[in-house]
Formats: sequence, C-alpha cells, structure tokens
Amino acid sequence: MTQRTTEPILEINSVSMHFGGVKALNNVSLTVNRGDVVGIIGPNGSGKTTLINCITGFLKPTLGSIAFHGRDITGKKPHKVADMGINRTFQVMRPYFTMPAYKNLVIPLSSPRAKRIGGWRGGGRHGDRNTVAVDILEELGFERDSRVPYKLAGTLPTGYLKRLELGRCLAMRPELLICDEVFSGLSASEISSLVPLIEKLNAQGITMIMVEHRLVELFRVANRVMALSYGEKITEGQPQEVINHPKVREAYLGSEEDF
Amino acid sequence: MFYDILVYGFIQSLALVLMAFGFSLVYGVSRLPNFAHGAIYVLTGFVAWIFFNQAGLPYFVSAVLAIIAAGLLGVLIYYLILKRVRGMEVSEVIATYAIGLALLEGLRYMGFRGGTYTLPPAVDGVSFIFDVPVDHQRIFLVVLGFTMLATIWLLTRYTRIGRALKGVAQDERAAMMLGIDSDVTAAMAVALGSMLSGVAALIIFPLGSLVVEEGYKVLIYAIAVCVVGGLGSWAGTVMAAFVLGYSQYITVAYGKPHFQMVVMLCAIIATLIIRPSGFFGKQKQLQERV
Amino acid sequence: MAETIKQRRRERIDRGVKVRSASIYALNSMEEISYLLAPRLLLTCGFLFMPLVLSPWPYWGRVGLSICILALLSISFDFLANYVGLVSLGGAFFYGVGGYISAILNTELGLPPALAIMAATILGAIVCTVALLPCLPLRGIYFAIVTLMYPLLMIRLIEAFDILGGTEGFRGIDGFSSFWTEQYGLILGLLAALFALRRFVNTDAGLVVRAVKDNDQSVRASGISVTGTKAKAVFLASLTGCFAGAYYIHMYSNVGISSFALDLSIMPIAATIIGGSGTLVGPVIGAAILVPLSELLRDFGSLRIVVYALVLTGFVVFRSEGLMNFLTRKYQQIERWVDIR
Repeated sequence: MTQRTTEPILEINSVSMHFGGVKALNNVSLTVNRGDVVGIIGPNGSGKTTLINCITGFLKPTLGSIAFHGRDITGKKPHKVADMGINRTFQVMRPYFTMPAYKNLVIPLSSPRAKRIGGWRGGGRHGDRNTVAVDILEELGFERDSRVPYKLAGTLPTGYLKRLELGRCLAMRPELLICDEVFSGLSASEISSLVPLIEKLNAQGITMIMVEHRLVELFRVANRVMALSYGEKITEGQPQEVINHPKVREAYLGSEEDF
Repeated sequence: MFYDILVYGFIQSLALVLMAFGFSLVYGVSRLPNFAHGAIYVLTGFVAWIFFNQAGLPYFVSAVLAIIAAGLLGVLIYYLILKRVRGMEVSEVIATYAIGLALLEGLRYMGFRGGTYTLPPAVDGVSFIFDVPVDHQRIFLVVLGFTMLATIWLLTRYTRIGRALKGVAQDERAAMMLGIDSDVTAAMAVALGSMLSGVAALIIFPLGSLVVEEGYKVLIYAIAVCVVGGLGSWAGTVMAAFVLGYSQYITVAYGKPHFQMVVMLCAIIATLIIRPSGFFGKQKQLQERV
Repeated sequence: MAETIKQRRRERIDRGVKVRSASIYALNSMEEISYLLAPRLLLTCGFLFMPLVLSPWPYWGRVGLSICILALLSISFDFLANYVGLVSLGGAFFYGVGGYISAILNTELGLPPALAIMAATILGAIVCTVALLPCLPLRGIYFAIVTLMYPLLMIRLIEAFDILGGTEGFRGIDGFSSFWTEQYGLILGLLAALFALRRFVNTDAGLVVRAVKDNDQSVRASGISVTGTKAKAVFLASLTGCFAGAYYIHMYSNVGISSFALDLSIMPIAATIIGGSGTLVGPVIGAAILVPLSELLRDFGSLRIVVYALVLTGFVVFRSEGLMNFLTRKYQQIERWVDIR
C-alpha cells in the first residue's frame, strides 16, 4: 500500500443537510488525508449518498463547510468541483446509454481538466482520445479482443457498467475518487477482481472515499471507516474498532450475515 | 376608478380561472399538456352557435350538446393521439398543438371569421356593485366560476371517479397498482378538461364575439395561469388567476390593451426563469431544472 | 402428412460498408466509394443545379429559395432538439432577430446586403444566445413553453411600444444584385451549414453536446459545464436561424412583425419530423417536400395550415422516425423474405 500521510486533502466541518423537516445529515465532520481510503458505512437512508452529493456540489449543505486542499468548496457547482479533481461514481449508474462504451470516456477526456492535466488534446479528426479511452477501459477489464469497449453502453451488463463509471472518473485524472457503492449488485468473482484494481489505484496515489454495504471487501481496502446512522456520525476509526462499536452493531442488527 | 378595478379585476380573474382550469386539470391528473385547449374552447363556441342558429335548438340545449361534443372530442384526442405518444412530453406538445392548429385554421377556412358570430348571453340586465355597472352575464360568470371550483372540489373528495383522478394525479404508478386504469382516467381527465374549457367558452363568448384568434389567446392565458401557479397545482392555478387577472386589468386601465398579452407572456417567461415550479402551490423536488 | 403452413419473415442484413472503424479508413473499391458518395452527391448537386433548372421561372426560383430558408430553420431545430435535447418551439425568434438586425444594419448604417447578412448572422446569434441564457437550465416541456413565448413576446412588444418600425416594420431594404448571387449565396450557405453541423456533431466537442442530451448529470460530474455547452450549441443553432432570417428579408426587401410569426416556428418542426429527426439531412428533405406542397395549396388559404398540421400530427403519432431514417434503413440494409421451416 501507499504511504499514508497526515496531510489533509478534504475537510468536512460539521455539515448538516435538511430537506424540509428531514435532517438527512446532522453535524457530520470528517477529515481525509492524502493517500487514505476512507470507508463510509451505515444502513440505508443514513445519509451516505447525501454526504457525497454535498461534497461533489450536487447539493448545497444547509450548514457547515467543506474544504479541499484548504480551499472552501461549499456550494460550488458540480462541474467546478469535478474540475478541481474530486470525481465520483454514481450509485445508480449513469452511462451515456446511446454511445459505445469507449465514447463514454471521450467525454471526460475532452473536459478542461483532462486537457490541462492529462495532456490529451486529441489530434486529427478523432484524435487519440479514442485510443486513450480504450486503453483505460482495457485496464479496467474490458476485453479489447472481444470488442467489449466498442459495444453500446446500453447493452452492457451491470459489472461492466460499474467499471465504466470508474473509468469515467479515472479519465479525469482524479485526486480524490469517491465511489458510491461500486460493489453492490456485483457477483463475488466480479468483486474480487475489482478489489486489486482499487488497491492499485490507491497505490498510484489516488485518495479514495468509498461508500459501501459490502463490509468484508471494504475492510480489505479501507484504512479508516466512518459509520453513519440517521444522518449522525456514530464513530470513526480503524475498521476493527468501528465494527466492534456497540452502536454500529445496533444500527446493523438486521444484517448480521454481512459480517 | 378603484372600485372599477376591484370589480372588473375580480371578474377578469374568474374568467381566467375558467379558461385555465381545464388545462390545469388535465396536466394535474395525467401530466398531459393539452395544447389543443384553445381550439376546443373556440370549437365549442362555434358548435353551440351552429346548434342554436342553424339547427334552431333552444339555447340551453345547444349549450349542453356543445359541451358534450367537447368532451367527446377530448376522448377522441386522447385515444387517437395522446395515448400513442404518452410519456414523450415533446411529442405530446407538438401533436396536441398541431391538432389545435388544424381545428382552428379549419374553422377559419370554413368561413368562421370576423366579428359576425355571437352567442346570446344566458342572462340579461345590468346591476350596480359599488356603483360600478356590471351586466348580469358577468355576474353569472363569477357565480359559475365558483360553482365549478366547488363542484371539482366535491368531486375529487366524495366520488369514486374524482378520487381515482386525484389518486392518479398524486402517483400514477401506485394508482395503477390499486387497480385504477390509467388510460381511462387520463381519457376522462382530457374529456373533463375539454368540457370545462367548453363551459368557459359558452360563458365568456357572449361578452364579445366568436373569433378564431381567441383560441390562441386562451391557450396562452391558460399556460400563463398554470405556469405562474405551478403546472399541475390546482390551488396554485386559482391564486395565479387572481394575480394575473388583476395585473391584466390594471395594465389595461392605465395602459394600452396591447399590454394584456405582454403581461401574460412576461409572466410566463419570468416564472420559468426564476422559479419553474411556479409561485404558488406545493414545492416539489425540481426535476424540470438541472 | 399434414400440410405445413408456409410462413415467412423479413430478414434484414446490413450491407456492411464500414467507412472508418476506430482509426482505419477502410475504403477499398470504387463500388463502395460510390455507394457512400451517391446520396451525398445527389443532394449537393441537386441544390447546386436547382437555380440553373429554375432560372426560366423566377417564381419557382423563389420557391426553391424558400425551401433553403425553411431547411436552414429546420436544421437549427433538429440540431437543438435531437442533438442537444433542447426542444425549441421558437425558431421564429432566431429568424426574426436575424432579419431585424440585418434590416437595421442595411437601412440605418448602409451596409451592403452581403455584409449586413454576415454581421446580422453573428450579432443575431449573440443576441439570441444571451436572451436564451437564463432559460438553458430548463428542460423538456418547460424549455419548449418558454421558447414558444419569446417570438410572441417580440411581436407584442413591437406593437405595444411601437419600436423597430412598429407594425409597419422596415421597407426599402437593398436586394441582391442579380438572380444568380441571390440563388447561390443562399444555397452555398445552406450546404455549408448542413455539412459543418454534420461534421461538428461527430467531433469530440460534438460528442460532449450529445452527451448533454443523453445524461447531463454525468457531463457535470466530468467537470464540464452543462449550461456552457448548451449555450455553445444554442449559438450554433441561432447562427443558422439568424442567417435564414437575414437572407430572407433581403430577398423581399422588407421586414415586419410577421418575421416572428408562429408559422415560422411550426413549419421547421413539421419539416424536421416529416424528414426525419436527428439526421440533419432529413429536415432538408422535409423542407423540400413541405414548401412545394404549401405552394400548391396557396389558393386554399388557411386550409394549407390544416393540411400540414394534420400531416405533422400523423407523422408524430404514427411515423415518428421520419423519411430519412426510413430511407437510410432501406439503403443500408438488404431486406429479403425468408421461409420459416
């Protein structure tokens, strides 16, 4: 694994998000250091995805602030946040269904950030973005020989779509990658092929936040875990500490078999 | 002048409620934008005129027949057109708009143009309210407007059909699971909406003359009221009608009649830019705006 | 033995001509080249030879130009609706803005028509884009309604405030120097717009525009401004629309509130839907069908509108793919009946 540092990359300071009378998040704080893989766990409806939406600018938190590299990003537009290097996958996968898989990656490759950082300017009519896109996909396990990268995204099965989501983020050259339930809906073998990939990405220096229900796999990659319940932060710490925390046990009581 | 604005603004507002409610009802129940609304409005007027003047039926009978015809036309429009393009919002708009255009221009081609066609008022006479002369047809309009609102309210509360309509309006899928046929309710909503616009036509047309252009005007007025009140929100429709009715009457009293339309168009554009879900009624999670 | 009922089904086979795959340009026989070029050449030459054929009849020459004008407006609608996902019911707004600006540049500043048209195209596109900017976050029916209102509001404002020449409009605008400049200026403009837009939608920038239609949240998550992308697309579409408006007023030497009329918003939609949505060429074909049709029905007054409103409804409801998509399928696939055993 990479060297973990204590240099904070993302600071979430007592963020609250209220929808009308519903408190989806209540006073949640979290610091993510460079090189971390932070897991966020919690039962359904505990505010995990809401927190991600707040970080990535899809929602503006009611209270509190979020800083990236010490710069305030609270309430910034989603594309500005993405441009700074915080990239996310969606829990409900959102590929461009009408395009071939590799074209899904050409779009982030054409973004200002990718042009600036990746140097993928694209020469000629279609440029080399197509080639770069296929290369990224191949690394994610899209078999080039069986022409999987060229298939319409709408025709791909879930496993590929999850990886396509990841690919879309990787094309942005992210600093902080936020994965919203990449493991859910995948078979055991698909997950076990995805875990080394995530370890590899982390080794390349990408800091990660992972929202997960699959705790076993999550604990293989995460070095720190935060537990949420009803929008409140219950605890935070080493995976083993968190899992043995009585309140976490209580919150997860209905799903013991996950452990 | 003050009382003048108070009284006539009130009447204008009720007229707007009548014009817009059919459109609002259809959109509220089935999310169908019925852009043929204005055409149905004008057509009902002409049908009533034909029954009354050509067929020589008594006025009341021709009015009822015309309203039934409007309802049937609504059912026809639903089953022939809307049902096939349901869910494709833009196709719904284009198809209903084109049908409305065909109806209106068809009427024009058949020679219904100019100010020569009029419907008789249901009641004659003039009364004074706050020393402002108001003819009885306008009072009738106000009374009928309120009656209509009350009827719809009672209908959606206490009858099976009304509750089905309301259920579909709130959550179409859930209603379907409870055994409500969404096609039948949608067709009923379109029919009811068409009949309401027919009723409006028969009350409002006697105040002026029957002209084809009125169809386009009514469509824009209806859209304006519904957009300002929030598309699909019935309470919002009524409130928006009053706001727009008074502002229309005030601009006419102090400016040129041209401004009547300017007010409406500006209201639509401004509302959609500032707050697309409308200024009145419930705020929903905005899907229409990114 | 019982007689088996003979059943047939239709089999569709792609002709399998691949122009380019990922990076290879694969054209290896004259037959294939001509197969690909034939439809493109047919369209281009058709428009280029049109003035030569029609020159003895100036009236029909004008009809030919009307086809081009409508085609330009329809391309603009098709691009916005089917590539960007913004269904604009206010094509007349682009048209009118272009027309009025060109009229002012010509009558007030004395610019010659060619310059006035060019300036009006660009200025008009800027004006339209800025005017529509606040509406760009709207989607679906909301955007459709708001754009429908823009040209109507222009008419009412001009009437109510008596600005821009009031209901009279501007008269005495300079025409073109000859029949040939008038014809070829517009035809080349149309072909340029058509091929430029077709090329654009296949570039990476065009791909981003199409991605906005497919899934705007993902575009946003990819660090690309959705509103900015939409604004660029509206600029391109309004360039096309403003050019049509500016050109038209120089053909007829006057401009009035009819430049914002509803017909000009509806006709392009009809042409696009009949011709085939999402193809850019389809709208041109649609225009080439609708304009002559409406010329033939000219004597019947408003029946004309009834006819194309009904045709439009028919296509929306029963044949929403339009002619072009149908023809492309027929051209690119071999169909045959196969017995089912």
